[in-house]
Amino acid sequence: MTPLPVLLPGKPALAGSAREGWREFFSGGVLVAVLAALAISILAGEARAQPGIGASPGVLAILLKWSPLIFQGFLFNLMVSVLSMLAGTALGLWLGLGRVSQFVALRRASGGVIQFFRNAPWLVLLFYCMFLLPFSITLPFATVPLPDAAKAVIGLSLPVMANVAEIVRGGVGSIPLEQWESGEALAFSRSQIMWMVILPQCLRRMIPPWMNLYAILTMSTTLISVVGIQDSMTLARAALVAEGRTELFIPMYLMLLSWFFLYCYPIARWTTVLERRFRVRV
Amino acid sequence: MQQDAAALVVLSRVEKRFGDTVVLRDISFSVARGKTVCIIGPSGSGKSTLLRCVNALVPVSSGSIEIDGIEVNDPALDKIALRRKVGMVFQQYNLFPHRTALQNVMMAPIHVLKQDRREVEEKARRLLAKVGLAEKERAYPGELSGGQQQRVAIARSLAMNPLVMLFDEVTAALDPETKKEVLVTIRELAEDGMTCMIVTHEMGFAREVADHVYFTEKGVIVEHGPPRELLAHPREERTRAFLNQVL
Repeated sequence: MTPLPVLLPGKPALAGSAREGWREFFSGGVLVAVLAALAISILAGEARAQPGIGASPGVLAILLKWSPLIFQGFLFNLMVSVLSMLAGTALGLWLGLGRVSQFVALRRASGGVIQFFRNAPWLVLLFYCMFLLPFSITLPFATVPLPDAAKAVIGLSLPVMANVAEIVRGGVGSIPLEQWESGEALAFSRSQIMWMVILPQCLRRMIPPWMNLYAILTMSTTLISVVGIQDSMTLARAALVAEGRTELFIPMYLMLLSWFFLYCYPIARWTTVLERRFRVRV
Repeated sequence: MQQDAAALVVLSRVEKRFGDTVVLRDISFSVARGKTVCIIGPSGSGKSTLLRCVNALVPVSSGSIEIDGIEVNDPALDKIALRRKVGMVFQQYNLFPHRTALQNVMMAPIHVLKQDRREVEEKARRLLAKVGLAEKERAYPGELSGGQQQRVAIARSLAMNPLVMLFDEVTAALDPETKKEVLVTIRELAEDGMTCMIVTHEMGFAREVADHVYFTEKGVIVEHGPPRELLAHPREERTRAFLNQVL
């Protein structure tokens, strides 16, 4: 039997691939392309703005003027992404465990929930959450208000939950059955085997797809602007309306895009590096 | 077959079917406390299934297996209680790859038997020393050879203080040199008075270690007897044919 490299403490290999990862990151032409596109669009905007009224401020100046506000919106997007990811992961872990349960009914029900939320459009789920969830939830001891942002987090965490569940199912399934057998032979209960033997082993394999999912989620948080939440997209649009200048359209959104890109691109690159490092030789 | 009072494991009329395929048919024998039995026979004769039935990894279809007063073929069987009494070592070692050798040995006593961590650690070190791996306690399974992994697996099973140990072709995946170190470990164990049920293809080892040998083929016990008798002077033609092939 070949030992699984996943399980070896791979310090030397780790340093090597991390360095490799950085080199790849900097050589990433996409990053340069995005920033170049932003610069060109600003310059083009300036060029179009020049002839005519000399008093009007340049494109770059306008972008800089609005950027603190839009950046706050961007941070709000990130907050929504983090909260949705946390909620979705917590729910998805249990859903995924239900999917691999030994109880047929639970397994089927979990499978149904996973299929439903994985195959439903995110925006539709968001709409449902925004308009079907109440303004507040009355509990026996208190009434908890449910602001729009909370509803959005719930709406986004549902597809995340289903996808995390699928990641958990795949991870658990990738561990050979013999591990279960040897755990059982040592008189461990099924849940002890799951938490102490199986999950720790598949954790590393689940991290890359989980990070990938997070990057997708972060970009998808801009969907919340469609259901009327003031995020970075909403603020960028408001800025464009306020300025009323067409040459701002491309650079404004490119600025926002580049922020998302700078945030998500490293995650994607790191995921690739981890995937390569955790690749299992069988 | 004799059913003496000292019997620790008693199988009577055990039958196991997978669908229409009968894997074990009318298996009856008993293992006395402190004795070692070897089960030999061609591949696919149901030897491994038999061991798996004993610790309820596989349910039997009919018949009875009784271990120290616990009936295995009981719908209300407390599997955990049964498996505390029965240790098992597998062909593929099946150590937990994310834990060190020492942690592998310590896990079950701490989490199943709820024993004190410090005492368990002491016992685990003693057991690793016993299987000759005292200096490997910090090694991960992936860093150990097959023979070393298998000896850790034996120590891990012993840490539960089982009444009987099941060995399922534990040297089949090993090369001849590492095979020996594992066999020596098992022989010492048997000599120390551990009750052992061993499925093996090593006839020389069976001759040395067993008090009684069972030859199975196609799910039935064809012949059994003391190793010297059975291995040297088999009565049945099928046993003779098998032994001629492997010896």
